[in-house]
Amino acid sequence: MAANHRGRQVLRYLPVLPAVVLLAVFLAGPVLWAFHASLTNAGLTGKHARNPEWVGLENYQRLLQDPAFPLSLALTVLFVAGSAILGQNVLGLALAVLMRRARPMVSATVGTAVVAAWVLPEIVAAFAAYAFFSRDGTLNQLLGAFGLAETDWLYAVPMVAVILANTWRGTAFSMLVYRAALNGVPAELTEAAQMDGAGAWQRLVFITLPVIRGSIATNLMLVTLQTLAVFTLIWVMTAGGPANGSTTLPVLAYQEAFKFGDIGYGTAVAVVLILIGAVFGLAYLRLLREQKP
Amino acid sequence: MTGRHGRTRSVWADVVLLLIGACFLLPLLWLVLGSLDPAAGHGTKLPQQPGLDNFAAVFTPELLFRPLWNSLLLSAGTGIVTLVAAVLAAYPLSRYRSRFNTPFMSAILFGTCLPVTAIMVPVYGLFVQLRLLDSIFATVLFLAATSLPMAIWMTRNFMDAVPLALEEAAWVDGASRLSGLRSIVLPLMGPGLGVVFIFVFIQAWGNFFVPFVLLLSEASQPAAVSIFSFFGQHGAVAYGQLAAFSILYSVPVLALYVIVARGSGNALALAGAVRG
Repeated sequence: MAANHRGRQVLRYLPVLPAVVLLAVFLAGPVLWAFHASLTNAGLTGKHARNPEWVGLENYQRLLQDPAFPLSLALTVLFVAGSAILGQNVLGLALAVLMRRARPMVSATVGTAVVAAWVLPEIVAAFAAYAFFSRDGTLNQLLGAFGLAETDWLYAVPMVAVILANTWRGTAFSMLVYRAALNGVPAELTEAAQMDGAGAWQRLVFITLPVIRGSIATNLMLVTLQTLAVFTLIWVMTAGGPANGSTTLPVLAYQEAFKFGDIGYGTAVAVVLILIGAVFGLAYLRLLREQKP
Repeated sequence: MTGRHGRTRSVWADVVLLLIGACFLLPLLWLVLGSLDPAAGHGTKLPQQPGLDNFAAVFTPELLFRPLWNSLLLSAGTGIVTLVAAVLAAYPLSRYRSRFNTPFMSAILFGTCLPVTAIMVPVYGLFVQLRLLDSIFATVLFLAATSLPMAIWMTRNFMDAVPLALEEAAWVDGASRLSGLRSIVLPLMGPGLGVVFIFVFIQAWGNFFVPFVLLLSEASQPAAVSIFSFFGQHGAVAYGQLAAFSILYSVPVLALYVIVARGSGNALALAGAVRG
């Protein structure tokens, strides 16, 4: 009887199988394989491509000694903090707040411009950003018009360029999240505060932000994860250069594995990225569980 | 008093918003002006002799049609595989109660947090082992796997919104589970399924890194990768053609986005199930 019940339950869940197979083969499999390959000296070509040898933690020891790794870890943190947490998140919130005060026409028009940068294919946005920041590009034209000196942005300050570009590209997501969140703030709350003489800034800091703190936390988590994985924008704009000056972890993993053919070492970099993603993923699950009523 | 206050504040907000909006538009302006300027470079300027020469130059089978066709195969294929797998998976998760549901959905949500760029090295290795490099079909399967976690969440949320009572009525009339799903549940969640499909389609259409690593021959490359052909062999870049091609390649996803944003009245649908 029990066995029969269990059998029926298994049968009922049969439709889940195609999804599970796809996820196991193409996501879980590569993640597990990455942990394994990072402990070998697998190569892209040559004898290590056919017969990789087990080298234990050698790749990780090399990571710790390689000056490129701490640099790229630091650049990744800088990129996420600058373009996701400060740029997209704060600008997205500011846009959402301003849009409630502005004329609907203005809100809609500006909203469309912000969303357009986000909906465009990644590679097109990357080319547009590249042209914008390049030596004879639009930004320098503008600075020149105001009598300011030109800067070769992509060479002199590559991280500033990619951080600004990623802020331009991704702010729409935070803006949409915060517009929805602000719509959910009960009007009575802010009206009551206004009656008590609270100014606009006080109402924002003491009423609105605490009410939408769940959305803020969720948004921070999601934009962090999205930004952690950014490759195309940086690769097209600076290719990680000059002199590794904008090589974040995804770019480093790609270069080591595909440019230098060192799959084992490149995979060790990828494993670090997977682990960072996993920490944020677990924090995200926890956060959602706490938010559920 | 408050009225006047409110109005001054609103003008102030208008000005700041318009300034920010202008900053967001500038890089896009280059695309539009450059595409119409046969002598386009990095800078933004009004074309001296505006014309459609750039568009005419890219209007060839090799440059435009084959890459866009490959993009279409890749994106539509990914959308279909993802949607079928997501609907099948969502059905038991939405309709049956089991201890299995919560851990499964948590694992799926955790999967949405995986940085896909981190697994491209092992995926390349997998494709080499299985001799799947350059296969559009295999790339479709991989892209479908990366879209599935979010798609299953969205699909299940849409399915949960269809009352079970409607299906039960059909079962009483002798319908099977499968025909109940087909004739009652799916039609009612049609708009939701459309959103999921377009969401996945747009992501696949715009994806550069995955086809860049997995599709090596020119014959199978989608537009996201073939766009590099505008960078000449000796470093010369055909900027005007690049801009024209970029616009032709972007128009389908912009149109799809407008359809979803208009239809559901909620652009956030495309941002995924933000609240989980």
